[in-house]
Amino acid sequence: MKKILLPAVIIGVTIIILVRLFYLQIIDDTYIKKSENNALKIVYEYPERGYVFDRNGKLLIANQPSYDIMVIPREVKDIDTLALCNMLDVSLEDFNTKLEKAKKYSPRLPSIFLPQLNKAEYAAFQEKIRHFNGFYIQKRSLRDYQVTAGANLFGYIRQVNEQNIKNNPYYRSGDLIGVQGIEQQYEDVLRGSKGVKYIQRDRFNREIGSFKDGIYDTLAVKGSDITLTIDSELQAYGELLMQNKRGGIVAIEPKTGEILALINAPSYDPGLLVGRERSKNYTKLYNDSLAKPLYNRVLSGEYSPGSPFKILTALIGLQEGVINEHTTFSCNRGFFYGQGAWMGCHDSGTFKLKHALAISCNTYPSQTYRRIIEKYKTPSEGIDKWHDHLASFGLGQFLGYDLPEGRKGHIPDSEYYNRWYPNKRWKSTTTISNAIGQGEVIVTPMQLANIMAAVANRGYYYTPHIIKNIENHDIDKKFVTKQTTTIEPKYFEPIIQGMNDVFKFGTGRSVQVEELEMCGKTGTVENFTRINGKRYQLADHSVFVAFAPKEDPQIAIAVFIENGSWGSRWAAPITSLMIQKYLLPEIVRPDLEKRMLEGSLQNEYDKVVQLQQIYEKPVE
Amino acid sequence: MKNASVQRNVDWISILLYVLLVFAGWLNIYSASLPAETTSIFDLNQIYGRQLVFIIICIPVIILILAIDTKFYEKYASIFYVIGLLSILGLFIFGKSVKGQTNWYQIGGFGIQPSEFVKTTTALLLAKYISDTQGQLSTLKEQITAFIIIGIPTLFILKHDTGSAMLFVSLIFVLYREGLPAWYLWVGLITIILFISALIVKPIVIIASIILISGLHFYFNKKLNRNPFIYLILTVLMSSFALSVDYVYDNLLESHQKDRINVLLGEDINLQAEGYNLNQSKIAIGSGNWTGTGFLKGTQTKGGFVPEQHTDYIFTTVGEEWGFVGASVVIILFVCLFFRLIYLAEHQKKRFNRVYGYCVVCFLFIHFAFNITMLIGLFPTIGVPLPFFSYGGSSLIAFTVLLFIFLKLDANKINEW
Repeated sequence: MKKILLPAVIIGVTIIILVRLFYLQIIDDTYIKKSENNALKIVYEYPERGYVFDRNGKLLIANQPSYDIMVIPREVKDIDTLALCNMLDVSLEDFNTKLEKAKKYSPRLPSIFLPQLNKAEYAAFQEKIRHFNGFYIQKRSLRDYQVTAGANLFGYIRQVNEQNIKNNPYYRSGDLIGVQGIEQQYEDVLRGSKGVKYIQRDRFNREIGSFKDGIYDTLAVKGSDITLTIDSELQAYGELLMQNKRGGIVAIEPKTGEILALINAPSYDPGLLVGRERSKNYTKLYNDSLAKPLYNRVLSGEYSPGSPFKILTALIGLQEGVINEHTTFSCNRGFFYGQGAWMGCHDSGTFKLKHALAISCNTYPSQTYRRIIEKYKTPSEGIDKWHDHLASFGLGQFLGYDLPEGRKGHIPDSEYYNRWYPNKRWKSTTTISNAIGQGEVIVTPMQLANIMAAVANRGYYYTPHIIKNIENHDIDKKFVTKQTTTIEPKYFEPIIQGMNDVFKFGTGRSVQVEELEMCGKTGTVENFTRINGKRYQLADHSVFVAFAPKEDPQIAIAVFIENGSWGSRWAAPITSLMIQKYLLPEIVRPDLEKRMLEGSLQNEYDKVVQLQQIYEKPVE
Repeated sequence: MKNASVQRNVDWISILLYVLLVFAGWLNIYSASLPAETTSIFDLNQIYGRQLVFIIICIPVIILILAIDTKFYEKYASIFYVIGLLSILGLFIFGKSVKGQTNWYQIGGFGIQPSEFVKTTTALLLAKYISDTQGQLSTLKEQITAFIIIGIPTLFILKHDTGSAMLFVSLIFVLYREGLPAWYLWVGLITIILFISALIVKPIVIIASIILISGLHFYFNKKLNRNPFIYLILTVLMSSFALSVDYVYDNLLESHQKDRINVLLGEDINLQAEGYNLNQSKIAIGSGNWTGTGFLKGTQTKGGFVPEQHTDYIFTTVGEEWGFVGASVVIILFVCLFFRLIYLAEHQKKRFNRVYGYCVVCFLFIHFAFNITMLIGLFPTIGVPLPFFSYGGSSLIAFTVLLFIFLKLDANKINEW
């Protein structure tokens, strides 16, 4: 016993020490993190964001340097706060809240203290910065827009929020990220990757060289430049035509699915969302709940398509064999489709298919729709067949274009109606409004334009896309994959002829151009607003879809004007002008141009506000 | 002739372990004190350069110790002891104050810390006394004399350096080996347990536990026919000691000593102030993982985050740069040395040699244990160097002297009978 005690104690203590070391060094890994916090300073170098060009190689978006004042809260010591506040023109209160906020994010990681100084402010501050421990200047690149059109499709860049940081470890507080439009869609290629330098420091915070001879350091990689399919002149012209109106234009090159123009109205100058005024301007745009300049109507706006939908009804009728191009229907300013149910129309006579399309008769597509649905044993079967044809045009689903927003629209199927009519007592006539693009059919302007592309191609389309080229990268394969519709090419010819007649003698004759063989279709879409639970009818939306030239189509287009009264009033002239702009050396209908540029629908939009003011009594 | 026999008989295993430890220590000191610009390893302005000089000084010291006749150490043990005590007393007059502790003599550019050498002189006298008694430390007189020999230097040092004074407590293992009754150890152990538990839990819990344990012990050991009054007295004694801990803690300990205990107990502590050392020490060691960052590559070592890293905290460099593997190797080297010395001590014919050998092991081990447990947060911070490892001429030379006197005694055992 006497001899054993000391060895036993030695062994006991040694085991305790080894276990404790094992715990500290192997099991508990918080110390590795802590040691990095102690000794490593991470310096980022931000690369320039990729440039953006249009399809003709014109520079749309470049960069400008910007300087953020960064703060590392725990290193802020013994500074002349008042001098700093005066120089940066911030109040003492502001200073404290900013510092507190930064501290809350992390006392040892840098946060932005004051974002986006311009060159003059930077120069003034840079001389004095060494007096202010814990503050330093981080250079970043901000967007410098070369054009004023296209804000909605560009999107914008802003500082990352907590959500971004949580979702993607690449981002640190103060980093910039693309939001909406191509900036969001192509964020990864545009931003490049920032360079990281790990610098070792001692306990006095002095830098003592690179960490492990820089094996973890990376160089900044410049963002890739991208080329868009957009024609910037067409885009700018479209935005000009849309001034004082609300709505949108989508123009697609049918042969490729390339989006030539994507216009939202109202829009805004993209330069508003750059610099120190950014958040003020953004709030202003965001709070405009009437005009909604940040709302992407052409991608996210869901509307009844109206008469352009008759094209699809007729195509399905032909494919299903329930009509042929010689089939006639009689119309006497409408027709009875059930017991006392009357579908009104503005014409009377007996029409063949082409003529019915040209003058936008309601009776013809309604009868066709009835025949399609009634061809099958049950209405369910019929409507599902009809639904599948429409789905092959990309309706009722996401088209798959490369922009980060949008809606699916809606094409009803049997399941949908069975839900509405649980006893299944619905039939073709119950849903007859679908025939003329009212009823339960809902599409986005983008989908309308895509229908035009498919019609122009006589039965196929390419997924619409906005990217033409990415420096050092390939673009998505799906953009060069042909999407075929369920309608055979031969059935398109009579329809296209009818659409051509729209310009010859139909609803679009007032906007025709001798130099071009255009094909199109007007639309006048009823719409309502609900105020205090009551339904009020508003001025109809004005819609026009077209493509041109008739043979070898170069452009397919959809124009949508909210509360534009009727198709040929606003949408048709704008369509015609857009096609002229794109295909002709000059505008050959300056009369139309003058009317469109001067015309304003502000009165119509104000009416909605007045209605609201009258009927929305304040809740007491 | 004589030297040749020393060469033949000296324990080369111990010397090898000693050399390995000193060399490993110097490598880590080099890493911990390497400045940005490289200079010669003999640069006396640098800590590693000075340590190298101390190591070189050890060589003639070792040769001298091995050359001197063994009788010399035994015969003059009491004189050494007195000189040792006087050197500590001299500190009151000639001492140089460093960080509030007056335990240095300043001679030229170097400081000498006499308390390091007093361990050797105390060990010599204790060995001489015990070997002279021929007894088993069974009489109270013998026991008290032994305690006085240990106690006087302890009290002297206590004044300047609480940490070093605690080291002498380890000699109780030597006394136990030589016959001291076991109950001394029990008293010591119970005192320590009571002290620690009184700091952690409420007094009422401790008193309840004491009563419960002694009650159970009394009940289950009826056959021994023990006197219940002894149980009662012991219970009362222990309870009152537990109650007095708070008083001792609040009134007798100095504030920095309280801080060190609080840090260990994880009380509300400020990592920038009293908690800084331990926190940084744990970070440095904890960041080592399996194999460490590599020699000269420790970020904590390079950044100088651990204070006094080249002296008391040198093991943090081992932990950071060599990882768990390196730290374990160092620990195992120490343990090998301890066991080798215990083995040698047990094989001495002369009781003087054995007692002295045990003293050497106890001192080395207690330094080792206090130093490392302090760095990893198992023991309060006390300024104790890691033998052979930590920077410092006094401690390196003193430990060398302590060890090599025993190796000399051991080498000479053939000539004794």
